[in-house]
Amino acid sequence: MKDLLFAYILRLADDAAILGQRLGEWCGHAPTLEEDIGLANVALDHIGQARALYSYAGEVEGKGRDEDQLCFLRKEREFSNCLLVEQPNGDFAETIARQFFFSAFMLPFWEKMKASKDETLAAIAAKAEKEAAYHLRHSAEWVIRLGDGTEESRERMQDAIELLWPFTGELFEADDTVKVLVAEGVAVDPASIRDEWRETVGKVFGQATLEMPEEGWAQTGGRSGMHTEHFGHLLTEMQYMQRAYPGLKW
Amino acid sequence: MYTQALNNLEAVSDIEDAERGAAFQARIDNEEKIEPNDWMPEGYRKTLVRQISQHAHSEIVGMLPEGNWITRAPTLKRKAALLAKVQDEGGHGLYLYSAAETLGASREELNEQLLSGKAKYSSIFNYPTLTWADIGAIGWLVDGAAIMNQIPLCRCSFGPYSRAMIRICKEESFHQRQGYELLLTMCRSSEEQKEMVQDALNRWWWPSLMMFGPSDKDSQHSAQSMAWKIKRFTNDELRQKFVDATVPQAHYLGLTIPDADLKLNEETGHWEYGEIDWSEFARVLKGDGPCNKQRMKARQKAHEDGAWVREAALAYSEKKKSRRGQQAA
Repeated sequence: MKDLLFAYILRLADDAAILGQRLGEWCGHAPTLEEDIGLANVALDHIGQARALYSYAGEVEGKGRDEDQLCFLRKEREFSNCLLVEQPNGDFAETIARQFFFSAFMLPFWEKMKASKDETLAAIAAKAEKEAAYHLRHSAEWVIRLGDGTEESRERMQDAIELLWPFTGELFEADDTVKVLVAEGVAVDPASIRDEWRETVGKVFGQATLEMPEEGWAQTGGRSGMHTEHFGHLLTEMQYMQRAYPGLKW
Repeated sequence: MYTQALNNLEAVSDIEDAERGAAFQARIDNEEKIEPNDWMPEGYRKTLVRQISQHAHSEIVGMLPEGNWITRAPTLKRKAALLAKVQDEGGHGLYLYSAAETLGASREELNEQLLSGKAKYSSIFNYPTLTWADIGAIGWLVDGAAIMNQIPLCRCSFGPYSRAMIRICKEESFHQRQGYELLLTMCRSSEEQKEMVQDALNRWWWPSLMMFGPSDKDSQHSAQSMAWKIKRFTNDELRQKFVDATVPQAHYLGLTIPDADLKLNEETGHWEYGEIDWSEFARVLKGDGPCNKQRMKARQKAHEDGAWVREAALAYSEKKKSRRGQQAA
């Protein structure tokens, strides 16, 4: 049971850490100064969530690993984030599409997680929910602006949606870890979020004059450590200091 | 006739300006704040726009060397702190552009000046961040030097600038302590890290002293800015304050300041420092520093890559407005 809980918290932590890492890449390069500040803010929320989750995962594991050991000293196949969050920033439309798909899932996810029997997860959820609400609002507003903006922006937004759509199915998967913890009242059943997610996405796409892609093949594997080719590069950069200078205080 | 009439007009406005100028100076001498709608001499306005926009540009360009380490920060806590710091710099840029807008200089216009190379920004940001210790060194030295410059600006005669500086200084002093604490942690952790910190100090020390600008005997703008109370201390006075505050901090870290001529004058209590290489300062200002071209290229690329996003936001807001208009009709 402890192992399952550890694995489950780690997934949530990895999702947050990897998305935070990606968003951090934008810093100083965003389309407007307001967005530079906005994206850094969203990145910061995710890094904050990752810290709380990794720390808790370390406690549950009970082997003395702290947040940094879990984030910087695990190998590629040990990471269990979903594939969506590791996708490269691409252009601004891709970054926005990635954030929108993820936050449209995470807002109801954290809302439900507040009722978890695990008090620590419930407490983390209470804070994360507020952050996710802002992330969803911010990204949805951009989906609408870009979709209903110029011809070029609409095309870029639609392309970004098509590109990332196959990674959204994974969000709703429940493997044995999730199923057991759902039955225990600890985890959130992702299937229970599907309708709300589709409704949110559909509504925003409608306002944005964008087309919702067909339900189709979903690429998965992240939860069991099968990542995309981009992932090793991300880890190389993120873990560089801890790998080059092991065991030091920073 | 026509010309004469014009000449007369000019003479009248000169007299009026002289009277208004005297009243303006009296207000300044009386430590009153000048607000955007008050009359002000053109030179005062220009000096402020130049100074505030240079300051804003420095915040924006300064995001690049620090941003260079966000993805490689060694711990999550440091990553979060660095993200928050760089975000603060962006925020400072925003307030400062807004303060410049109150003087009639639009953000677009100022940004154009930055991208075309017409406007200057602090020369320090043309130096590269090569190791993680550089992030601490920027906080400690660069923000430390910026604070020395900026604390007197909280009392600047122009209201919006002075108010922006009060908030900025609070955040900068937090950044400075954070930078110092980062270096202290490294210096206490291992010899290897301490060497990394020493190397960062060796590279950032002299450029930090140059941040105060040319020596008083060569400074173009000092005297008038002092009279207008835009500036309260001379470049050399501020530089000395910085050296006096920083040398003991370096010693506490167990580091050596890379200046063979540095010595404490027991009588004055000041640390006397060696000759600054002004040819390097001039060269970097002129555009030939280690990263000038890269910094400009990064800003231009962000501007060009983001053009379609800004156009879309504008097009959308116009569509929304016209739809609202149709509904109202």
